[in-house]
Amino acid sequence: MRRTLFESLTHRPLTEAAPAPDEAALAELAKSFERAARAKLGRSLSIRQVDAGSCNGCELEIHALNNAFYDLERLGLHFVASPRHADVLLVTGPVTKNMREALLRTYNATPDPKWVVAVGACAADGGVFSGSYAVAGGVKDVIPVDLHISGCPPSPTQLLSGLIALLDRVSRKAANS
Amino acid sequence: MALLDSIPHTEVAERHRPWPRAIVGYEGWNEATSLLVHGRLTLLGLWGDAGEVHMALLDERADDIAVISYACQDGKYPGVGAKHPPAIRFERAIRDLFGLEAVGARDTRPWLDLGFWDVRHPLGKQKPAQKPAPYAFLPAEGEGLHQIPVGPVHAGIIEPGHFRFTANGEHVVRLEQRLGYVHKGIESLMDGASLEDAAKLAARTSGDSTVAYSYAFAQAAEAAMQMLPPPRALYLRALMAELERLANHFGDIGAICNDASFALMHAQCGILRERVLRAAEACFGHRLMMDVIVPGGVARDIAPEGAASVRALLAEARKRFPRLIELYDNTASLQDRTVTTGIVRTDYARQFGAGGYVGRGSGRGFDARRNLAYAPYGELKFDVPVLEAGDVNARVWIRIREVEQSLSLIEQILARLPDGAVRAAPSKAAIGEGLGIAEAFRGDMLVWLRLDGKGRVARCHLRDASWFQWPLLEVAIEGNIVADFPLCNKSFNCSYSGHDL
Repeated sequence: MRRTLFESLTHRPLTEAAPAPDEAALAELAKSFERAARAKLGRSLSIRQVDAGSCNGCELEIHALNNAFYDLERLGLHFVASPRHADVLLVTGPVTKNMREALLRTYNATPDPKWVVAVGACAADGGVFSGSYAVAGGVKDVIPVDLHISGCPPSPTQLLSGLIALLDRVSRKAANS
Repeated sequence: MALLDSIPHTEVAERHRPWPRAIVGYEGWNEATSLLVHGRLTLLGLWGDAGEVHMALLDERADDIAVISYACQDGKYPGVGAKHPPAIRFERAIRDLFGLEAVGARDTRPWLDLGFWDVRHPLGKQKPAQKPAPYAFLPAEGEGLHQIPVGPVHAGIIEPGHFRFTANGEHVVRLEQRLGYVHKGIESLMDGASLEDAAKLAARTSGDSTVAYSYAFAQAAEAAMQMLPPPRALYLRALMAELERLANHFGDIGAICNDASFALMHAQCGILRERVLRAAEACFGHRLMMDVIVPGGVARDIAPEGAASVRALLAEARKRFPRLIELYDNTASLQDRTVTTGIVRTDYARQFGAGGYVGRGSGRGFDARRNLAYAPYGELKFDVPVLEAGDVNARVWIRIREVEQSLSLIEQILARLPDGAVRAAPSKAAIGEGLGIAEAFRGDMLVWLRLDGKGRVARCHLRDASWFQWPLLEVAIEGNIVADFPLCNKSFNCSYSGHDL
């Protein structure tokens, strides 16, 4: 354990060390997100993820946002365990009829102001599952959606850039009001 | 002796491949049930069709497989679950989807139909929905018991499902699962879908096993069409399957340790997982390698620089992973949580035919890659690790050993990768039925399908490894403390979406 911990202290973080182009884009995204988040939301944004019927592919990539390469928390963004602590609901999947009520209740349990981000192709309109007797449709068919992030599943970079778009929208809303 | 020799049957279906399907009557169906009860056969799957039920059986001594079919009389078939518990949830699902009743079934509560659909029996003779009766959880009696309901929305980035705990203080007396929340009606969407569309649905049955699902679906479709993909495609499929296994095992090992509050392992394993996904993207243009395996071969060849990125991944994993294993093994506080926690008895693993790390951590060594030796695994060298302890620790160690095997397999695959085409055109006019079985990271999974001769799927059934693992989790947690449930659950890492369909 000592060696692993010592290495973490002496080596540069993975995010900065990798020179590949998508890493550079990621660093750029991270910067603009940080600025907007600090200005409008006081450094912190709490996200509650809700799987409303996904295949679990989107969850895997949302999980990846927490790894050392993307390290979402350094931006003040973090996942919370309860909708009552959340500013943002990150909803995946086509909404199955069996999950519709649970999604509604989760939405109602989230305090205002709140934003809903629909993640992935299925969350947009049901995707390959639309038309099934068991699917209610996309997320917008059940609760109001502020932003869609496309992809099947979206990559962690796409997710990050989508969350930035949300912040832009939030700041416009704040300016208008 | 072939498996079907011991089961009385009237005829053998003409176009069912690669294993036979026999039409049985009451006597044959009951004989098969009795062979399951006595442990001579293992249940591989039980599913409905228009007016009939099919049961896939495995003879583990001969690695022989067969499907038997029973034509229902008045929508009824002789129940299997009352005598052989692994069949209970299948029977409940068949009733919900097809309206076919298992005679003698003791548990007739719905399983996938939670009362929110507009129709009953969506795949059988449809009826308008009724107001559902309240769901009766199984009772637990005794002094000082209280219930803890959890879900369907869980406190984490995780799929939805409901767990009903009955506990005495900290100790779990009974856990009952209620699943079906992510039921998307995949099998009904497949009815009449083109082979391409159906393959896309199969790939989205459980995102963490998208390669394995596409693999088994392609095997089933190719068996039905009597075609073989080019050798290079077979090797590329195995490469993807092993990358998927690596990514999931790295993720799981880290997440299990994280549920024991050991975040360092989680962070380190997360780095390895991310490196696997990046190598996968460099090779096949998609981090999870979705839709790359298709009936007839693979949709795209490995990128020119792909092999180099995989070799870099192997070098990195071989350098880092042994240190993490040492860390796991030498951290007493972590061992204290995983050793003797959540034990699955070996006889249950055998009875349920549990696959993957759940089975292999409890003495059942079945691995479809070795036992069925589908191409190209028959040409590759690997061991199947088996432990007897059956606890969380054993399931971690099976994953650790499998990571080592996958690294070696990937090396062999790269060294032996044949040249040539990667895809053959599927024959649209094929009529036939096929069975495909692939070893996903969580165990063997099965795809059965029937093609209609116009390039469409007439019926498809997908059976995730989780069907035989979820029930064992209910038993594994008994007598453990509530706080150890996340640990046990993660060590199983069963699929919700793959199970709910």
